[in-house]
Amino acid sequence: MPIEILMPALSPTMEEGNLSKWLKKEGDKVEPGDVIAEIETDKATMEVEAVDEGTLGKILVAEGAEGVKVNEPIAVLLADGESADDLSLPLEGREASAASREGSQKSAEASVDPTPAGEPADPPLKGEGKGAKAPAAPKREVAADPDIPEGTEMVQTTVREALRDAMAEEMRRDADVFVMGEEVAEYEGAYKITQGLLKEFGAKRVVDTPITEHGFAGVGVGAAFAGLKPIVEFMTFNFAMQAVDQIVNSAAKTLYMSGGQMGAPMVFRGPNGAAARVAAQHSQDYAAWYSHIPGLKVIQPYTAADAKGLLKAAIRDPNPVIFLENEILYGHTFDVPKLDDFVLPIGKARIHRPGKDVTIVSFGIGMTYAVKAAEELEGQGIDAEVIDLRTIRPMDLDTVIESVKKTNRLVTIEEGYPQSSVGDFIANQVSQRAFDHLDAPVTTIAGKDVPMPYAANLEKLALPSVAEVVEAVKAVTYRS
Amino acid sequence: MAATKRTSAKSKSSSDSPVSLKAPKPADFTKEQELDAYRGMLLIRRFEEKAGQLYGMGFIGGFCHLYIGQEAVVTGLKMAIEKGDQMVTAYRDHGHMLAMEMSPRGVMAELTGRRGGYSRGKGGSMHMFSKEKNFYGGHGIVGAQVPIGTGMAFANQYRENANVSLTFFGDGAANQGQVYESFNMASLWKLPVIYVIENNRYAMGTSVSRSSAETDFSHRGLSFKIPGIQIDGMDVRAVKAAGEMAAEWCRAGKGPIILEMQTYRYRGHSMSDPAKYRSKDEVQKMRSEHDPIEQVKSRLVEKTWASEDDLKAIDKEVRDIVADAAEFAQSDPEPDVSELYTDITH
Repeated sequence: MPIEILMPALSPTMEEGNLSKWLKKEGDKVEPGDVIAEIETDKATMEVEAVDEGTLGKILVAEGAEGVKVNEPIAVLLADGESADDLSLPLEGREASAASREGSQKSAEASVDPTPAGEPADPPLKGEGKGAKAPAAPKREVAADPDIPEGTEMVQTTVREALRDAMAEEMRRDADVFVMGEEVAEYEGAYKITQGLLKEFGAKRVVDTPITEHGFAGVGVGAAFAGLKPIVEFMTFNFAMQAVDQIVNSAAKTLYMSGGQMGAPMVFRGPNGAAARVAAQHSQDYAAWYSHIPGLKVIQPYTAADAKGLLKAAIRDPNPVIFLENEILYGHTFDVPKLDDFVLPIGKARIHRPGKDVTIVSFGIGMTYAVKAAEELEGQGIDAEVIDLRTIRPMDLDTVIESVKKTNRLVTIEEGYPQSSVGDFIANQVSQRAFDHLDAPVTTIAGKDVPMPYAANLEKLALPSVAEVVEAVKAVTYRS
Repeated sequence: MAATKRTSAKSKSSSDSPVSLKAPKPADFTKEQELDAYRGMLLIRRFEEKAGQLYGMGFIGGFCHLYIGQEAVVTGLKMAIEKGDQMVTAYRDHGHMLAMEMSPRGVMAELTGRRGGYSRGKGGSMHMFSKEKNFYGGHGIVGAQVPIGTGMAFANQYRENANVSLTFFGDGAANQGQVYESFNMASLWKLPVIYVIENNRYAMGTSVSRSSAETDFSHRGLSFKIPGIQIDGMDVRAVKAAGEMAAEWCRAGKGPIILEMQTYRYRGHSMSDPAKYRSKDEVQKMRSEHDPIEQVKSRLVEKTWASEDDLKAIDKEVRDIVADAAEFAQSDPEPDVSELYTDITH
């Protein structure tokens, strides 16, 4: 059957174009790949190549025609043994309109494979979902923290040791887990988080990398695609800016883009946020940045127990997990339960201090302001409930909202920049889901909207303070 | 072992000079190899022509980068590697997937964004994967696949298997920084990775000479002691011979190697490229004098290993496969709307 050559689209948005020139004439032999015509739009000129072989039987749209609709037949190609007389058949009753696409499609297909007597192909779909409502995002249930058996010994542990213990335990448990990063092996970590790991696990599993964040983050992603479970340490997350494409475009999106076939079971970890006097390029909190990305999980622990239990969970998690630590917290000491396998659920907030008058939500080092402020407020007769989010994504908003329903007031604290902050997101969600329960506007406390200054006095001013938290709580509880 | 290499800087020798290698002399193909190569390359060509047609008809959206002209590169390399070896490339990826024996239906249905596509319609032309067939994508960011392929080689070494990672990128990506970060680590750790630079002369619309200070891409690994060779990427026999040599090099624990495949794409960078940066004569000359498929075809005819009828039968077989894939890709439904929220995290 003769094959119709259709007006092609140069781009998905093209609807019509001009047929500027025919390079073949009726009766010419045509091979696949031969340029047969030139078409143009206001943006570009393109050559139309033949896809099938045959003889150009009839030109349907003359040279110089303007406004030729995409998919309108512009010529007819004849196969061996066919003559122009055959043309009347498929062309009969055809109109150069979108409605005829189905038919012309069919004939184009049939010409390639004359056998199928199947249904005509559907016209191009431009999104069945158009006008359809997006389904609701599924709700995930997260298990509660495991019970700690009565009588369990509590061991005073620094956050630094807790992180190291978590990695060592998981490396003992699973031979596919390895650590890579700058100075993680022989130097034992720029902040000594990987202390002792080289000695126990050897250079194969504790890998010193060159200073090459973009490269080794990508190497980690490739190893994870191949089934290993890398822990990629960034000396600080400030340097992970160099690697952000691999984290976001390669690690976070591949599970989705592959239809669930392959993903990146890995952890990116390291200190995040301001330390002390290291100025703008070394002092940035990435919680809000990474929490923006579907496909990532984002954790920022405060206590040593959470650091240990959540890092173990992160290493076992089959998804890419951003694990944001803090240099100042590394030396803080907390009780950690002495258990063989202490793993905490990702995506579950923890009520650090129950209270009834106001809800204070924070995470990571932000908790230090929350805890001190709550103590101070207690002395002033205000009973604050302090919630440690622990996981920024997926966020346990239910725990926050339950608390707000009880206290009717909410203050959030973080060290990151104020615009589009984690607190902004919480405020938005609470206003949508618990507006009637609020007795005061949600107040968000964040770092100041400035690059981190070096001078000691300015640095202090750029960060949140306990005084700011106390003041905000007093404002939302109307006690000035 | 590399494990001990990483333990101490002392064990690293810094005096080795970069090895210079010569392109191996290609051996003649057997009749069976010629026919395999012919069929494999023709499948890619016909598939891509059909994809171009479906794009023009509005069935395929977004970007669509065709591999027409470059078929010998991936076909020859596939003939050179072994089961378990991996491939990863950028977004001009349809040919690689077909060469890795992924189903034409699954690839074409992904191009049209249907549920039967390899990524269930959620990846499209540039983002497709098959763990089963050892194809690791399909990456849309120029150069990003290079550290990833290096990481796959890292995993091979970690597991102490004999597999090799074939990491493809173009002359354009060869100017990305992460490529050199990868070269450094791959050489330092002696990772089994073949870097295949598909030099098709144009990074989108910018010719190699306008974008690259060193236009001999086989030299791009010199600072990292990675040997490289230039290969006629239009001759499938030369490609296969180079691939075998490179794979052997990697499997012997000698580390990475670079193969610069000198090739040519007949079509524009993507479907919406009018290709004004090169002359029609240049394209026509490559097509008429160096076409990879015609080269095999003429040898088959010359040696009387295949008659015109035999070749026509192969053409018919290939066309039927492509027609079937196209038919499937147009009739298969779009993904269910519930797929919007699947596969974001496990």
